[in-house]
Amino acid sequence: MELQLIEKSDHDLFVQNLINNYQVEGVKPKDGSFIYGSIKAPEELCLDFDCTLISPKKYFLPPKEALLQFALTPDSEITPLIENDPFILFGVHPYDIKAINQMDRIFARGVPDPHYLQRREAALVIGVDPTAVAPRSFWADMGASTVSEGFDLMFTDMGEHFIVEIGTNRGRNLLEEHAKLKPATTDDARERVRIRSRISHICKKRGFAFPKRDIPKLLEHSWNNFLWEEQASKCLSCGTCNIVCPTCYCFDVEDHVDLDLAHGERIRRWDGCLLQDFAAVATGENFRETRASRYRHRFFRKGHYLFEILDDLACVGCGRCASGCLPDIADPVNLFNKLKEG
Amino acid sequence: MNQPMLEDSPYLPKWAEITRIEQLTESEKLFELRLVSGEPLGHTPGQFVELSVMGIGEAPISVSSAPAENGVFELAIRKIGNLTTAIHGSVTGDRVGIRGPFGTHFPVEEAKGKDLLFVAGGIGLIPLRSFIRFVLDHRDDYGEVIVLFGAKNPSERIFLYELEQWGNREDIVYLDSVDKSGPGWQGNVGVITTLFSKIHVDPSRTFCIVVGPPVMYRFVILEAKAKGIPDRQIFLSLERKMKCGIGKCGHCQINHLYVCQDGPVFRYTDIFDLEEAL
Repeated sequence: MELQLIEKSDHDLFVQNLINNYQVEGVKPKDGSFIYGSIKAPEELCLDFDCTLISPKKYFLPPKEALLQFALTPDSEITPLIENDPFILFGVHPYDIKAINQMDRIFARGVPDPHYLQRREAALVIGVDPTAVAPRSFWADMGASTVSEGFDLMFTDMGEHFIVEIGTNRGRNLLEEHAKLKPATTDDARERVRIRSRISHICKKRGFAFPKRDIPKLLEHSWNNFLWEEQASKCLSCGTCNIVCPTCYCFDVEDHVDLDLAHGERIRRWDGCLLQDFAAVATGENFRETRASRYRHRFFRKGHYLFEILDDLACVGCGRCASGCLPDIADPVNLFNKLKEG
Repeated sequence: MNQPMLEDSPYLPKWAEITRIEQLTESEKLFELRLVSGEPLGHTPGQFVELSVMGIGEAPISVSSAPAENGVFELAIRKIGNLTTAIHGSVTGDRVGIRGPFGTHFPVEEAKGKDLLFVAGGIGLIPLRSFIRFVLDHRDDYGEVIVLFGAKNPSERIFLYELEQWGNREDIVYLDSVDKSGPGWQGNVGVITTLFSKIHVDPSRTFCIVVGPPVMYRFVILEAKAKGIPDRQIFLSLERKMKCGIGKCGHCQINHLYVCQDGPVFRYTDIFDLEEAL
């Protein structure tokens, strides 16, 4: 592992250099929360946050994106729109990087999806270790305190300076070109381990009362559990849990026609399996008509269905679903622990 | 940085031209299509395509024809949603978009030399017709063939000319029924399962292929099992909202399976224990 050191006093210069050369997206405070947005000046960038409202998945799978462009004339050419403008995504917590790694596998497996993959390829991801834990986070229990891949650089706030782990050659080049570096000592490396374990320890206050690898098996025996019905009776079918989730990637595809009625785009937009019509077909059949069946589907997807593909739970413990859910029924910690109690 | 590979988008349809339109019933039309590129669709009976009308959208439609040497293929479409309403307004020579074929197919190879029992309910006959026609095109490759077709009422019966042909053939058994009789109907009345008492099969060598509305499967499977047909020789085609066709968008999931990739044709033994399947 290769570590470098940037003095805090030199950090703004690094960010400014990036802004001068790249489109930089990063974390900013907004109305008492944190969001990802464009960074136009070093002081806008916040690396000291607990969790953002929306996950960085929006940079690779935008809430709404055009897949194809076409003219409404016979024989017109249909043009795929595949974006690959390079950009820097600065300030991604390890649990969100873990989620991105999972999405990478999903969009690359089987028939690869270049609309996602090329955006992903174009991004330089600069991770940052959390300095605070959001009230509903449980990423430490999900094994997402640290990640070993999925970032080009990984920053850790050490007080007077940042330690930077180099993840890729692209990251190294970026750093060497734009930052004033000092070599990190073995003491620095040890201190980083200590800081990471301290924050991880704080996060461990929330978690499962049993090993998380038991969750697929637990779900196998829980299809008819009364909890689905009981919890979902409060569900608003709003899809917030889907929208904020860094590992939810379901989408709908629809055509939008310009006002000139001569051109149009085929777009995809985020969809959510909690929404009422998600599994409805044109003949009127709705294959998940009840709130309980949709609510259960989401937990089965996170805890069981995707396990085979990812060899892991499709949940990284960010807790966004828990904080976003008005009736507070979306929290995986609460739900799985309740299921385990029986 | 990689250059964009524009031709790589799996969402890009190919143009197809409508070469013939036939009104099947009040609400169903048959569209014969040919890819503008001249290449064949390359489907196997049971597969589906994503049909586009640019500016309206895209929907999964099962291919109703057997693979043909002249490169045309047929989609029989009920006018029921935005896309299907739009295509019902098309005329011969219009162009539509096609992606696919997608998904699994009927056991055309596995059933060779074996008997076939086709069970179609309503517009379930549309996908099933591709296999039936394939079998009739290669009649010597298969053993006994029975086709059972049930419709809600006489006016919802599709492919009337072919049904009559099948009824007249000596080398297959064709029986049909309607749930509710109507003017001029002199055939069987009753749900499709009532036809099972009229047929004899050699269960160990019979493949039962079932396509119909969701409510039909449980009852037909009971009848097939009562005839002694082994579970692994029962095949079903299941309808879901296959939006992307490439196992990503999530709409067509039955538990952990993606109908667009793992289906739409399933062997009964592969799904009988899935809570969301039947």
